[in-house]
Amino acid sequence: MKYRLGTYAVAAMMAASPVMADLVFPSLSYRTGPYAAGGIPFADGYADYFTLLNERDGGIGGVEARVLECETGYNTEKGVECYESTKGEGALVYQPLSTGITYQLIPKATADDIPIHSMGYGRTSAANGDVFSHVFNYPGNYWHGASGVINYLLEAHNGDLNGKKIALVYHNSAYGKEPIRTLEELAKKHGFELSLLPVDHPGQEQKSQWLQIRREKPDNVVMWGWGVMNQVAIQEAANIRYPMDQFIGVWWSGAQHDVLPAGDAANGYKAITFHAVGSDYPLFDDIKTHVVDKGKAAGAGDQIGTVLYNRGIYAAMLAAEAAKDAQAATGNAEITAGDMRDAMENLNITEERMAGLGMPGFGPSFQVSCENHGGPGLVGVAQWDAGAKTWSLISELSAPDMDVIQPLIAEDSAAFAAENNIEGNCS
Amino acid sequence: MFYREAGDFSSTYAQDQQTFPIKFDRWRYYAVLFIAIVIVPFVVNDYWVNSIFMPFLIYAIAAIGLNILVGYCGQVSLGTGGFMAVGAYACYKLMTAFPDVSMFVHVLLAGVITAGVGVLFGLPSLRIKGFYLAVATLAAQFFLVWLFNRFPWFYNYSASGQINAPERDTFGIIIVGPNTEAWAAYMFCLIFTIASAIVARNMTRGATGRKWMAIRDMDIAAEIIGVNPLKAKLTAFAVSSFFIGISGALFFAIYLGAVEVGEVFGIQKSFLVLFMIIIGGLGSIFGSFAGAAFLVILPVLLKIVGVDWLGWPTDIVAHLLFVIVGALIVIFLIAEPHGIAQLWRVAKEKLRLWPFPH
Repeated sequence: MKYRLGTYAVAAMMAASPVMADLVFPSLSYRTGPYAAGGIPFADGYADYFTLLNERDGGIGGVEARVLECETGYNTEKGVECYESTKGEGALVYQPLSTGITYQLIPKATADDIPIHSMGYGRTSAANGDVFSHVFNYPGNYWHGASGVINYLLEAHNGDLNGKKIALVYHNSAYGKEPIRTLEELAKKHGFELSLLPVDHPGQEQKSQWLQIRREKPDNVVMWGWGVMNQVAIQEAANIRYPMDQFIGVWWSGAQHDVLPAGDAANGYKAITFHAVGSDYPLFDDIKTHVVDKGKAAGAGDQIGTVLYNRGIYAAMLAAEAAKDAQAATGNAEITAGDMRDAMENLNITEERMAGLGMPGFGPSFQVSCENHGGPGLVGVAQWDAGAKTWSLISELSAPDMDVIQPLIAEDSAAFAAENNIEGNCS
Repeated sequence: MFYREAGDFSSTYAQDQQTFPIKFDRWRYYAVLFIAIVIVPFVVNDYWVNSIFMPFLIYAIAAIGLNILVGYCGQVSLGTGGFMAVGAYACYKLMTAFPDVSMFVHVLLAGVITAGVGVLFGLPSLRIKGFYLAVATLAAQFFLVWLFNRFPWFYNYSASGQINAPERDTFGIIIVGPNTEAWAAYMFCLIFTIASAIVARNMTRGATGRKWMAIRDMDIAAEIIGVNPLKAKLTAFAVSSFFIGISGALFFAIYLGAVEVGEVFGIQKSFLVLFMIIIGGLGSIFGSFAGAAFLVILPVLLKIVGVDWLGWPTDIVAHLLFVIVGALIVIFLIAEPHGIAQLWRVAKEKLRLWPFPH
């Protein structure tokens, strides 16, 4: 039973606010704190893409896109404050770039009918759109990533991981704990031994974890790190002379700023990715002419072409494409968050569409459906070349082990559905 | 002129002992209560409740709790975040184990459990003082966070290690979960805040509070005049932890809805609450409110002025906040160690003589 005490007051306030003549894309960014190194390039990329659309095409379908930036500092409390202060402006989709904040927003945004796109992070089981109606994590999630890592290691060890030792160094938070369940299942399936080494926030103190690695000498070290933790881990690995080519990070532990501080010692470090690397795409010429040369680049403008900047571009691109679809579907240039959600659920990204956007082959082609909000989850592996200071793909995007992942997604989302009395959205 | 004792006669002992002996003060207090209970619930929306009122009310309870321990009893504590986590996890375990019991009961029980944990960690205070006690409570902070991360039983074996508040109601009104109406969450927190403030105020005015203050001012002298330090210190830890536990439970269940212990209840939370009582005023219930209001509203205000009005980059504003809060703490410690509450007291003294100071 609901009592609507403040309804009149709220209605009066909503009536008083002016009609928004733009499409609002809030960016819950973090340019301060121990995770700023990752937050800045992503936020820059996200903002620059919408600036490009406004400058080059006059917005999306003739309506200007507005990026509302709000600093969260990777802190859930501030994330909630940012959500509350931006949702009233007509926010179309939230991309908080933080698993903790995503967990926080899933119930709130669902109740407010605003979609969340947690691209490659957040709650993995949100891939089950039957339960999580407003949460999308295409084109890949953590369990795809975990399986992708193991697939790659299988290949590296000639198809046999039996008796091998694999250590997981992870951020001791919801984010870092996310892959454990999948890795445990995979350990059972392939017979390797998994040891878990948590690193506490913010991750500057890792001496004991690496001492343990030095003692146990695992065949491979997998890392689920973010922010300052990545650089420290790579430096520590170099200090104990752990072979870099046996050290593999998740896609949030594989950017330039993670490996550069360790210098040449980081040569050969690997990281998985769900999109291509490098800035050799026609879109970047447009960004140069329409954004950088006009002095409209976000932030300091020094991140263009880095791994996380490109990911920010990709996130903005998928959001803009969904907004275009929503405009086409409703025949209305000014769409609501509900229209946006419907469009995201029917989003179809093809090779041609990516090429048309100036990013041919950057991401996989996929089709979102009501049941599957998770996309195909193709995982590739990139390797760092410290001499040339570039990342390059050494293993093409390939499919993960869905036989292991799908039951886990079903199990976890069923638990959420039971806890929150959700009946299926798709039937 | 308005603010004076003259003409306000008390004819009973009860009148003589009331919290606000001055009529103007009393009416101001009733006015604040009236606005908070009768007017605010009808005008608030999600933004005001989630960004300002709820954090303010919940931090005020935590600040009252810490003020009892630090301000009244003189036992420095850096374990606030850990004790809030105890309240949050106790509330979570109770909520999921007994879904049909009212949230009021769960929050109160979470406070009781935290009080027990607080007493346990208060035991060293009988032997050690000052900085050394601060370090012992710091150990409690880290131990408790580690504990809730380490043993999956506390978070019901969820994959992410987070606790999520399921939807719960009281008297048919939803107060936990995403479908909560703004006013319901506000009222629920407000009831706890008002009750905490009244209980704390009366405890500190009575025999218990005087014993605490005696221990704070000089423990040997207090012991000689007959204050039992064991009882005084442990009651301070128990009462303080009780309030902090309640605030932790509300923080998790009503305000955030999902909590990750290391991030939400880390050491920075202990410092934040400590800063609140330093800026607000040690040994003052009003100071707890003032400090909580100050540190909750300042960042929001700075953001609105800096980002929304002046259009500054978000990171500059975020950094500016650190500078301002840091500077304020230094300034308060030097210029006004008794905080905003002392400024308020001085203002009241001046008001008594106004407009004819002699």
